[in-house]
Order: sequence, then C-alpha cells, then structure tokens
Amino acid sequence: MDSSTIFLDAFLNPAVIDRYLPDILKGMVVTVEVALAVVATGIALGLALAALRSFRVRAVNAAIVLFVDVFRALPPLVVILIVYFGLPSVGITLSGFAVLWLVLSLVLAAFAEEIFWSGILSIRKGQWEAARSTGLTFVQTLVWVILPQAVRMTVPPLTNRTIAITKNSALGAVIGVPEILMQAQTAQSFSGNATPLLLGAIAYIVLFVPVVALGRWLETRFAWGRS
Amino acid sequence: MPDSAAMLDVAGLRKRFGTLEVLRGIDLTVRPQELVFVIGPSGSGKSTLLRCCNRLEEPDEGSIRVDGVELLDPRTDINAMRRQIGMVFQSFNLYPHMTVLANITLALRKSLGKSRAEARDIGEAALARVGLADKAGAYPAQLSGGQQQRAAIARAVALEPKIMLFDEPTSALDPELVGSVLAVMRELRGAGMTMVVVSHEMRFAREAADRVVFMDAGAIVEEGPPEQIFGAPRHARTRSFLADFGG
Repeated sequence: MDSSTIFLDAFLNPAVIDRYLPDILKGMVVTVEVALAVVATGIALGLALAALRSFRVRAVNAAIVLFVDVFRALPPLVVILIVYFGLPSVGITLSGFAVLWLVLSLVLAAFAEEIFWSGILSIRKGQWEAARSTGLTFVQTLVWVILPQAVRMTVPPLTNRTIAITKNSALGAVIGVPEILMQAQTAQSFSGNATPLLLGAIAYIVLFVPVVALGRWLETRFAWGRS
Repeated sequence: MPDSAAMLDVAGLRKRFGTLEVLRGIDLTVRPQELVFVIGPSGSGKSTLLRCCNRLEEPDEGSIRVDGVELLDPRTDINAMRRQIGMVFQSFNLYPHMTVLANITLALRKSLGKSRAEARDIGEAALARVGLADKAGAYPAQLSGGQQQRAAIARAVALEPKIMLFDEPTSALDPELVGSVLAVMRELRGAGMTMVVVSHEMRFAREAADRVVFMDAGAIVEEGPPEQIFGAPRHARTRSFLADFGG
C-alpha cells in the first residue's frame, strides 16, 4: 500500500462511510436542534437582561453583572459537568440535551447581555432626550428608539459570539447527547477507523460555513449610515 | 404669585451640578405667542434653564408652570406635559433607524395613541409646513443638516405643543443652511407659537424676538426688547458680552 492509500483508508474509508454516515446525519439533526434552541433562548435572555439593566436599579444590576461575569469566566464544560453530574444528587435529573441547552443558553445569554448592553450605552444621550421630550415613556423610548439601534450595532459581534458558543454543542459528547461529535466518536470506536471523525468535521463545516456567511451578510446589511 | 396669563412661568429656579450652582434663582415669564430669546456666554446656564423647562434636567428648587400646570409637582404627568412642550436640540437627535415620517409619527402613535393613518396625515402636514414634503421616506442620514433640523422641528410641531423650546437650533449647521431653519422658526412665530430660543443668532434675535434675556453665571442679568438689549444695554456684563460677540 502506498501512502495515499493508507491515508484514504484511515480517513475516507468507503465501507465505514457507508456504514456510519446515517449516524452522522442523525447527529447533525441533533446539533441543529441544540444550536437553534440555544440561540433562541440565549439571545432572548441576553436581550432581556440588557433591557432590565438599563433601568439602573442598583441591586438588580449587581446581580446581572455577577451572573454575566461568572458565566463568561467559567469554561462551559465545567458547568455542563457540574449540572449533569451534580444536580441528580439533589434530586433533579435533567436529560443530557436539556443540560446542554440550559448551560449553553446561559453562557450565550451572559455574552449577549454584555454585547447588547454596550450597544445600549453607545446610543447617544440625545436619542433618549429627543424621545422623552415628545412624551414617550422610558420603556417606549427603550423599545422603539434605543434597542432597535443598539441591536443593529451589535449584529457583527453577536454573530461571532453566537457561532463560537453554539459550536460548544460538541461538548454534548461528554454527557451522551447524540450530536455530531458523539456519533462520530462512537462510530470511530466501533470501526477502529478515523473516517467518522472526518465526516463529523465535514458535518460541522456544512452546518457552520453558511452561518458564518450569513453573519457576514448581516454585517453589511446592518451597516447603515449613522448621522 | 404665579402669573395666570403666562404660558411659561419660572420662579426661583435653582439647579446645582455637584458643587457648581448653574442656576441661581431664575425668574422668567413668557406670555402666549411671545418669542423670547435667551443669550449669554457659554456656561451661563441658558441651556440648563431650557432643559429644566421640560424636566430633561431636574431642578433643585423653584417652580415651573406651563400653561398653569406646575411641572415640578410629583402628581403632574410629565409625559403628558412634555407633549405640550416641543423641544428642538442643537444636534437634531433624529432617530437614524427610521424614515423622516416615522420620526414624526412615533410619538403621535405611541404617546398620543393616534392611528397609523391619522399619524401619517399629521406627519405629512408637519413635513409640508417645514418644506420637506418630498422627504417623508428619506432617512435622516440622507438629509442635509438644515433639513434634519427642520424635520426635528416638524417632529415637535406635529404634537401641537403650546410652547416650543429651541436649544441652539442652528449652532451645528453650516452657515448657508442656517437660513432655512430660521425661516421655519419665523413661520412658526407668524402662526402664533410661543417660543423660547437659546441661540447666538443675534441678527435673528434683533429681527424676530419680542424680548431678549441676557444670562450670565446662572442668573438673568437683564432683559428687555431687542432694541434695548442690543442698542442700549444697561449692564456692563451685557455690553462686554455683546462687544465680544461683535454684535
């Protein structure tokens, strides 16, 4: 066997592909489910926290900052392990999927809150004053004038951060969530061949390259002239 | 005693920023349909005075009555009062993410509860009034500074305020754009709008103001008709300010 045959046999073995591709595809479905759930709850919670923070209630804001700092500091894997293996001993048992969704949502919410908050802070005071001077309430001003501008400005950093965090769905492999990496690892150990791992990598590329491209498109779409 | 005929009646107004007292007991009365010009060196407190008059700044002491309603009374619905007090800012402060028409209709719909169609009609009429009928669908960034400021005036006028406050409305404009904004202000005055204007446009003050108020160091130094303030100022501080100004 020459070296190219050895390589193909190790990473692109047709028999292994044939046998395990369906498992990888199932894994892709699970990864997409985790990713969508995490993006929806994580960004919604992050935006809600940033909006809450703009009321500037001292105790509330201290709690938000604490939450954000803790979840930005902790490696997501540590939190996943604590929740998955720790909570059952206090009588709460969550599925691996639920733990993965919950933890990654909290992590994304923490980062998203910081991004939205810096967006809110970057809106000039005059925007608040103009809206309030026409009789709009604080909440109306926040909803109709401040947040739409803040959110637009945060699309690029938020997209990057969201991609980085949803990729952590691979951590589900550690707690038995049958997503791409879990399927690939299992297939690799059954087949004794690295082909499923390469298939897993390709699956991530297929899923995330369009998201990265979408992020780039959103960036240009939302880069509108500010006066 | 508050002057019951006054549109705006400020009495004993004091405001401190930390240890700096920026308003040291201001008394000012503006009658309906009057155009009062407030001039003075920067830091004299004239903008702060204006911003207190719709409570963008919270005064520490005193009384501000607008059409007889005490603004500083905690029972006063400040949002309802602000709809009756139009404010125009030096930096326009249009909402950049909305069209010019949407800038105007936002408060009409969300604060006054007008229907979309009704708000649109009012908004278009306001834009026509400031000469921007063809710019309803434009975004603020597509307008010149003068057009932006006229749109901002339309946003305030659309709410049919009882009084309008102008905070250096032409200071951020290139000289050739000032005229169009002053023309709109002149039209408003002609239509009987009560106006308080903080500005350095001395020529406009001379021509259009009913009364000129000169402020310095947080107090009103003197006030009177423009001929008196510009022609024969009584106080040395007024004279030196106007001399520095070349006015």
